[in-house]
Amino acid sequence: MEWETVIGLEIHAQLATRSKIFSGAATAFGAAPNSQACEIDLGMPGVLPVLNAEAVRMAVRFGTAIDAVVARRSVFARKNYFYPDLPKGYQISQYEDPIVGRGAVEIRLDDGSVKRVGVTRAHLEEDAGKSLHEDFHGMTGIDLNRAGTPLLEIVSEPDMRSAKEAVAYAKKIHQIVRYLGICDGNMQEGSFRVDANVSVRPQGETKLGTRTELKNINSFRFLERAIEYEVDRQIDVIESGGAVVQETRLYDPARDETRPMRSKEEANDYRYFPDPDLLPVELTEDDIAAIVADMPELPDARRERFHERFGLSEYDAGVLTASREMADYFETAATGCGDAKLAANWVMGELSGALNREGKDVVDSPVPAADLVGLLRRVLDETLSGKLAKEVFAAMWAGAGSADAIIEARGLKQVTDSAAIEAIVEQIVAAHPAEAEQLKAGKDKLMGFFVGQVMKATQGKANPAQVNQLLRKKLLG
Amino acid sequence: MHNLSLRELAAGLRARQFSSRELTRHFLERIARLDPALNSFVTVCADAALTEADVADARLAAGDAGPLTGIPIAHKDIFCTHGVRTSCGSRMLDRFVAPYDATLVSRLKAAGVVMLGKTNMDEFAMGSSNETSWYGPVRNPWAPDRVPGGSSGGSAAALAARLTPAATGTDTGGSIRQPAALCGITGLKPTYGRVSRWGMIAFASSLDQGGPMARSAEDAAVLLGAIAGFDPRDSTSVDAPVPDYTSTLDDGIEGLRIGLPKEYFGAGLDAGVARSIEAAVAELGRLGAEVVEISLANTALAVPTYYVVAPAECSSNLARFDGVRYGHRCDDPHDLEDLYKRSRAEGFGAEVKRRILIGTYVLSAGYYDAYYLKAQQLRQLICDDFRRAFETVDVIMGPTAPTTAFRLGEKADDPVTMYLSDIYTIAANLAGLPGMSIPVEPADGLPVGLQIIGNYFAEARLLNVAHRLQRVTDWHLRTPAGFE
Repeated sequence: MEWETVIGLEIHAQLATRSKIFSGAATAFGAAPNSQACEIDLGMPGVLPVLNAEAVRMAVRFGTAIDAVVARRSVFARKNYFYPDLPKGYQISQYEDPIVGRGAVEIRLDDGSVKRVGVTRAHLEEDAGKSLHEDFHGMTGIDLNRAGTPLLEIVSEPDMRSAKEAVAYAKKIHQIVRYLGICDGNMQEGSFRVDANVSVRPQGETKLGTRTELKNINSFRFLERAIEYEVDRQIDVIESGGAVVQETRLYDPARDETRPMRSKEEANDYRYFPDPDLLPVELTEDDIAAIVADMPELPDARRERFHERFGLSEYDAGVLTASREMADYFETAATGCGDAKLAANWVMGELSGALNREGKDVVDSPVPAADLVGLLRRVLDETLSGKLAKEVFAAMWAGAGSADAIIEARGLKQVTDSAAIEAIVEQIVAAHPAEAEQLKAGKDKLMGFFVGQVMKATQGKANPAQVNQLLRKKLLG
Repeated sequence: MHNLSLRELAAGLRARQFSSRELTRHFLERIARLDPALNSFVTVCADAALTEADVADARLAAGDAGPLTGIPIAHKDIFCTHGVRTSCGSRMLDRFVAPYDATLVSRLKAAGVVMLGKTNMDEFAMGSSNETSWYGPVRNPWAPDRVPGGSSGGSAAALAARLTPAATGTDTGGSIRQPAALCGITGLKPTYGRVSRWGMIAFASSLDQGGPMARSAEDAAVLLGAIAGFDPRDSTSVDAPVPDYTSTLDDGIEGLRIGLPKEYFGAGLDAGVARSIEAAVAELGRLGAEVVEISLANTALAVPTYYVVAPAECSSNLARFDGVRYGHRCDDPHDLEDLYKRSRAEGFGAEVKRRILIGTYVLSAGYYDAYYLKAQQLRQLICDDFRRAFETVDVIMGPTAPTTAFRLGEKADDPVTMYLSDIYTIAANLAGLPGMSIPVEPADGLPVGLQIIGNYFAEARLLNVAHRLQRVTDWHLRTPAGFE
């Protein structure tokens, strides 16, 4: 039987606010346990939450970016359950009235086609703390640094039909939140968490199959593998006469499989109700307009602009807009040197190669965009040949200074003074009379020999095209 | 000194008739001598109070004193006090010391008050008789075999016994007004949002409101002025200017339209209480007020509505007391569930457990619509009743409680009868309106409270009306025998 896979994703994006969603405590990652938890995060008696306006602005930007309806009125609700790393015994979330309603994003598939994936909703909520089960000798340690960190939970429609589509969608959301500057997107540190709801059904069936929820996925690669494993598992279960159980399963990257979460977990009744400590979030048209006004250009728009304005291919435009930082780098280089194609070749070639080699992100490039512009200008004014330029770039990467400083210090300047080159040409021709005669007689291959000799004599600093031209004039008239 | 008003105490302090230290010692001495019979304090801060008094005396000497500088006060033990135990009347918080002050506490501190101690209360403010406290019941100074009302019973009894010249309370369904009525003192529940809830341990967040408890409307006006106002740490506090409540106390009340809801004078109201209320209203009529009968048609729905909304919120608010970070933790838990179950079973008393269970039930899947959502709809109907009433009247009056103080143990085993003692006070909480209780003519020797309910932010008007009545009567000056 042919099977169809149905996937929906729930993405928790940690919002990049400086302080927590309902308290003034810092949100930085990696601090000593419980050093970034104030009385509000600890759920002390009598404390009250105050909403961080920046988190609301970030959610509005996201809603606008995915073409969703931003709610004029959204309501915080309490999700009640007991857990040691949930200090208040409830999580403040949004339930019936989320801040971001229905929207959609477009994903590009490998065959070049474009698919629209629906976003059901996105809502604001606070994160819980962490339970630490190691190092406490049969006890559990609680770190509440993360408690109260703002999250935007982005829920997709079950619109994806393969692991690859799911990855493309997750990457798209990742790209958008990073462009908007509302999430650092770090999957290892858990600031961008993806849970996948996966089910299968016979091809042509319209009813959804029983789904499982996959958790503990901390890279796009694992997302693809977890879904692929789970799809195979579900098909095996059904084809061998069994039924898929609705459950939460954890992905184990070491064994590349999914396993049911400890089934001790009872069915929770979260007893949601509107949080009486917080007023509904009311947004006017003007509020939203002001928030949207300083929104950065979004990836799709930027890709189109690079394609149109700089004449880049769709593919190159896509590569160069993959991240906002890469696009910023390229755009600075392209407008700085005035030759977008040259800039694109260098950014996708030498720069990306060097970055990949050292596992660096473009923002950490030892050669910032403005310095690359300095180098590209010397290429464009023919001070440097392509070969020399690569040598200079390597020196810049190693920290030897600006392009001009390196050219100066190493005397790498291309010689374009025709009188000087002419003098050398004279010398070389005089030194090789036999070869000169053969060339004149039609042995054109020898032109390469003479150019090589001149370049050698000038230690590579002569402009090869110019040398060629002078030789031809001298020998062939 | 213990019979002087706040204004007289402030004048005495400024005139150096007595120092804050002498005043504080006087009240500490009365507490030590008289409170063992009442149990109105759960914590007395004798040493700290004298230190604060010395600071106040220095401010007085430096000419840097306000109307409350050097005046002793007692806080209901629901307000967090930095460095001093805040028990909320519960075993759960028997050893809890907050590392912060409630906003109400810090505002009064800034005004220079001296904290005598923390007063007894029903556990987590859940009760109408002060019998649910982990620290034992409070006795009514007017009749030691009777309750002082609740949940702010300790503050009310301490004021009536002249153990403190000023106190604070909280009111979720009548917890300031009902004990004020039963102890013969003056108490005011402000408009919801008028006084910050920061640092006030939550019972039912959409209903809780802190307020002043005092011996007169004039004293309550001074206290309210110090504690009211916007607080950025409480999202439900209202950013509206705070008037000088003392400046309008003497305004005339000619033409004041008083509405008497007929539903507040029906079956269940003690005849003696009814007579006292009618006499007080007649007195206001002689002062120029007009009295009209009105209807608050949904009055009967207030108690059932309240006993869905308040437990729902409390079941969630009290989830944080889990034995993990602070508060009572059972001995040697063998796993997480055991830690939760035994810590909460041991830490909470029966009434608190009852309300957590009710609240958990009404929020549960399948019951939410029938209970919680329905209660919110009824709450709106009750608000609408008041909105219509205030289109024709300026204030609404009636009894604060249906009876005078009942005997200890009399209603303790019958929660529904106990809940009905708040039948007249609950509606103001559901609507968020300000309400106050002032003593009028006693019935059978026991205090009776007149309740005055005003429109939103009409506290100045309530205090003005109460003060005008207190100018021509002396019920508020009466002191129980043995405490003169």
